[in-house]
Amino acid sequence: MNNAFNIEKLNVFYGDKPALDDVNMEISQKAVTAVIGPSGCGKSTFIRCLNRMNDLIPVFRLEGSIKFNGTDIYSKDIDVIDIRRRVGMVFQKPNPFPKSIYENTAYGLRIQGIKNKSRLDGIVEASLKKAAIWDEVKDRLHQSALSLSGGQQQRLCIARAIAVEPEIILFDEPCSALDPIATAKIEDLITKLKDDYTVVIVTHNMQQAARVSDYTGFFMMGKLHEFDITKKIFTAPSNKMTEDYITGRFG
Amino acid sequence: MNRKLLNRFYDRGFLFVGIFATSISLIFLLALLLDVIADGMGRLGWQFFANYPSRKPEEAGILSAWVGTVWVMVLTGCIAFPLGISSAIYLEEYSSKNWLTDIIEINIANLAGVPSIIYGLLGLGLFVRFLNMERSVIAGAMTLAILVLPIVILSTREAIKSIPPSIREASYALGASKWQTIRNQVLPSAMPGIMTGVILAMSRAAGETAPLITMGALTYVAFLPASPISSEFPYISIQGLFDAFTVLPIQIFNWVSRPQKGFAIDAAAGIIVLLIITFVMNAFAIYLRQKYQRKIRW
Repeated sequence: MNNAFNIEKLNVFYGDKPALDDVNMEISQKAVTAVIGPSGCGKSTFIRCLNRMNDLIPVFRLEGSIKFNGTDIYSKDIDVIDIRRRVGMVFQKPNPFPKSIYENTAYGLRIQGIKNKSRLDGIVEASLKKAAIWDEVKDRLHQSALSLSGGQQQRLCIARAIAVEPEIILFDEPCSALDPIATAKIEDLITKLKDDYTVVIVTHNMQQAARVSDYTGFFMMGKLHEFDITKKIFTAPSNKMTEDYITGRFG
Repeated sequence: MNRKLLNRFYDRGFLFVGIFATSISLIFLLALLLDVIADGMGRLGWQFFANYPSRKPEEAGILSAWVGTVWVMVLTGCIAFPLGISSAIYLEEYSSKNWLTDIIEINIANLAGVPSIIYGLLGLGLFVRFLNMERSVIAGAMTLAILVLPIVILSTREAIKSIPPSIREASYALGASKWQTIRNQVLPSAMPGIMTGVILAMSRAAGETAPLITMGALTYVAFLPASPISSEFPYISIQGLFDAFTVLPIQIFNWVSRPQKGFAIDAAAGIIVLLIITFVMNAFAIYLRQKYQRKIRW
């Protein structure tokens, strides 16, 4: 079985403060991998290592290796822009650009220099359909994306990520700002997306991890305490700490 | 007195103080406007705009002054905005945060508060004398450009800072480069803020007299800078940049200091024209700002 990511001996520091401590993990292709753990355990730091989003933080420092399809994404001759295009990301708070729905979806293509109108139209429609928002927005593609509801905005952000045809989509607590109905729609979407994409999702909602994921990793204090098939984590965890966390004894 | 009554007393009291303070400034402004209009309105007419200054107050006009003002303002804008906006982008987006950039930052903030006459002396020493530009349009524009540069830089930086980081993250996460993110997301969103800075800077430059007098702009000019459009190839001439000039505030200053009553009327008319120019400029900038804001809709 090919892995999308092979993470070995990953250590991350913010200045002198350690954030991740010796993390080893393999992320399978075309599956949903969930990352759970209490606040401040390093799960967001971890997922932001996978598309080098942490590069934007000046004091960020990383040791160890993250191999994406076999190539180390932190080696010197890697093009960060190419990595970010191939590893898409959806953020905690919906963050559409202050532009139209169409322009939001087409942005990633436009910055690649794609100008062909009919090609853009096709990709925009296909992406919005894949993100299950097409029917709601097809009559107002040229209205501001900020006129959409929170849940619609988040699905638009997913469409925007899909439009550049990534291999992986990272979700960083995508539902924490949404109501239960909008959350259900996003979860539904995530389980469908794994047919075509490798998905990694950070969540502080354990039921969500149990519902959508195939594999689950439990982080605490910067360490990966347990990583296994989701079913096993939630029914027969081998680590005492994992069990305490998922049964709600802390966190 | 019981608490409720006391609170209401303070409420009313502050309302009164507020209305009083506002009306004082409004009354002064109105008085000033009415006085100037009463004095100068009759003098306004085609002749006033088309005549050079003269020894006789009733024949004197502001032709050289308003043409000079237009020249200087356009050039100041062309120099200050590209420089100011690029410096702000560099400082905000590219420079690493260390003691050197801290010093630069503090100094720019300080420069915004330096009296304008100091810039005049700098213009005199650097552009007029050292670079041998004489008392030319370009030397004046460069002096004013340096004067407004800190205002442009500071307000542009503020505008850039106010863009939420989530917008940048979204852009980077889609594989945008730094420049693409700045060009497509940061700058358009920051535009209303930048425009506000431009309004402030332009209105300040339009009214400045001291630095231009210090650097030696003439107070009596009976000719125009060479026209930028020429009848011969390449049809554009930069000769005008190196000609001597005067501007409206200087012309007004000159007239006010004359003893004859007639020149006071000329000065009042000149003030009306200067006010109109500033109003029109501000209105245009506000219009631009509104237009951008409508396009953004947070």
